[in-house]
Amino acid sequence: MRADLEIIQEWIQPHTRLLDLGCGDGELLRHLTEHRQVTGYGIENDHDNITACIRKGVNVIEKDIDEGLASIEDNSFDTVVMTQALQVMHRPDQTIDEMLRIGKECIVTFPNFGHWRARGYLAFRGLMPVSKFLPYTWYDTPNIHFCTFKDFERLCVERNIDILNRTVVDNAHQHSWWTNLWPNMLGEIAIYRITR
Amino acid sequence: MSTYPEDSVGLVAPQQLEFDTPLELACGRTLERYTLMVETYGELNADASNAVLICHALTGHHHVAGFYEGDRKPGWWDSAVGPGKPIDTNKFFVVGLNNLGGCHGSSGPQEINPATGEPFGPDFPLMTVPDWVESQARLADRLGVQQWAAVIGGSLGGMQALEWSIRFPERLRHCVVIASAPKLSAQNIAFNEVARQAISKDPAFHDGHYYAQGDVPKTGLMLARMVGHITYLSDDGMREKFGREMKAGKLSFDFNPQFEVESYLQYQGERFSTAFDANTYLLMTKALDYFDPAAEYGDDLATALQRAQAKFMIISFSTDWRFSPERSREIVDALVKADQSVCYAEVDSPQGHDAFLIPIPRYMDTFRAYMQRIADDIPRSTTGDV
Repeated sequence: MRADLEIIQEWIQPHTRLLDLGCGDGELLRHLTEHRQVTGYGIENDHDNITACIRKGVNVIEKDIDEGLASIEDNSFDTVVMTQALQVMHRPDQTIDEMLRIGKECIVTFPNFGHWRARGYLAFRGLMPVSKFLPYTWYDTPNIHFCTFKDFERLCVERNIDILNRTVVDNAHQHSWWTNLWPNMLGEIAIYRITR
Repeated sequence: MSTYPEDSVGLVAPQQLEFDTPLELACGRTLERYTLMVETYGELNADASNAVLICHALTGHHHVAGFYEGDRKPGWWDSAVGPGKPIDTNKFFVVGLNNLGGCHGSSGPQEINPATGEPFGPDFPLMTVPDWVESQARLADRLGVQQWAAVIGGSLGGMQALEWSIRFPERLRHCVVIASAPKLSAQNIAFNEVARQAISKDPAFHDGHYYAQGDVPKTGLMLARMVGHITYLSDDGMREKFGREMKAGKLSFDFNPQFEVESYLQYQGERFSTAFDANTYLLMTKALDYFDPAAEYGDDLATALQRAQAKFMIISFSTDWRFSPERSREIVDALVKADQSVCYAEVDSPQGHDAFLIPIPRYMDTFRAYMQRIADDIPRSTTGDV
């Protein structure tokens, strides 16, 4: 399993109801269904991923998250998860508001644009960062709203969002003492558990 | 000798099954005895756990797949049913039937009314989707099927599948609802009413007793089909298929059909008017109008679906405006609210409502993946082959 998913699944209580926004091939949901008796749905709009979910026996609903989650009732899920999709949202702040409306708790992961490598790329080359982890050029990237950890935490303060847990990992999804020491510079992926 | 494609079920033949246990209908009347025209493909396994029921749409019937002797065209859903196709006849025992009130061999308006010695005509009781599902449950009993591996349908067929999941929760493991809706909109009913008026106002209709007159309301049926057909296609699809192409290449300044789309619709209408029964058409459109499974549950579909035990697959098509993706999403939202297991796919296609009968690659991939899941859920034989 993808390492960020490995971390997330430990934050999810058994027998709870989960909504996974941008669920990919359904890996997290399948794991949680099998090992933690979690029930729930994945929301996805990539056709191959949808087919992969169906093959895995994961409940997947085709939907564009940007078009809204209004049909889902308030507080109808214990946890709403969104991994590595915040930066492709049209309005990430509104998506987070919706997640917090639907779920009692939310888990969000996103790439940190404040990582030293991204800063260095821009500072020294004068070009938008392209890396193995973020392989797109500026004109074809689906990642339209990059933020840093600091940006995200500022949003949380502005919107009265409580941060329950926070962890940062490098791109191999490993924790290490140095990423915790200076997360906004050294952490590549942020994982937040939030509520309101 | 004719040969059939490898992925075809090949030469098939229907069978007429007689039922003599009275069937009480929603309208308050009772069918004392009735006939169902049925066609099956594949083999029922030892514990009868691999049976799939295919429910037909407005003008469908029991001939789902394969060929009749001498026919060049296969059954109406041959694209999806056959060896190696999404509804794989190597894995499933597939059952198609003509619904009651139909005109393809099941009891319907054309049948002789024993009380009068004349065809029932308009006196055949109005059938509802729940009535059909009851009759299909009797058919399942007859076939020895306690629980369907899946009940599958498109359009009006999808409504029957949905009704199955609510009415007989324990008798199906999966419910596949394609290009359907939880109930008709005012616009849907309006189109049906235009079709019904076209038929009943045709002088050849004779208040539904046209059989005795040796007459057929061909004009009415043709108009009904033409208006229906427009709702099955999309604006984009029609533009793509016909555009403003003219048969003669120039305007003729008279009222004869000149645009390709006009002659296409007329051709479709005329062909239909000799192949379908007017009373059946009226009855089937009424069944559509009346369908509303939430009505008995305080008009809340989620409450109705809370009873269901099946897992659901819902599919819609982007340019379908008869039963648009929004209508399928209503079903999906209700299922999520009811905490039911559901997958939903919205297939991009220019073909409008008709898309559900067309083997669009992404549709077939998704459908196949879900059917595999249904196959995986077939319990391992307990009786076992030794």
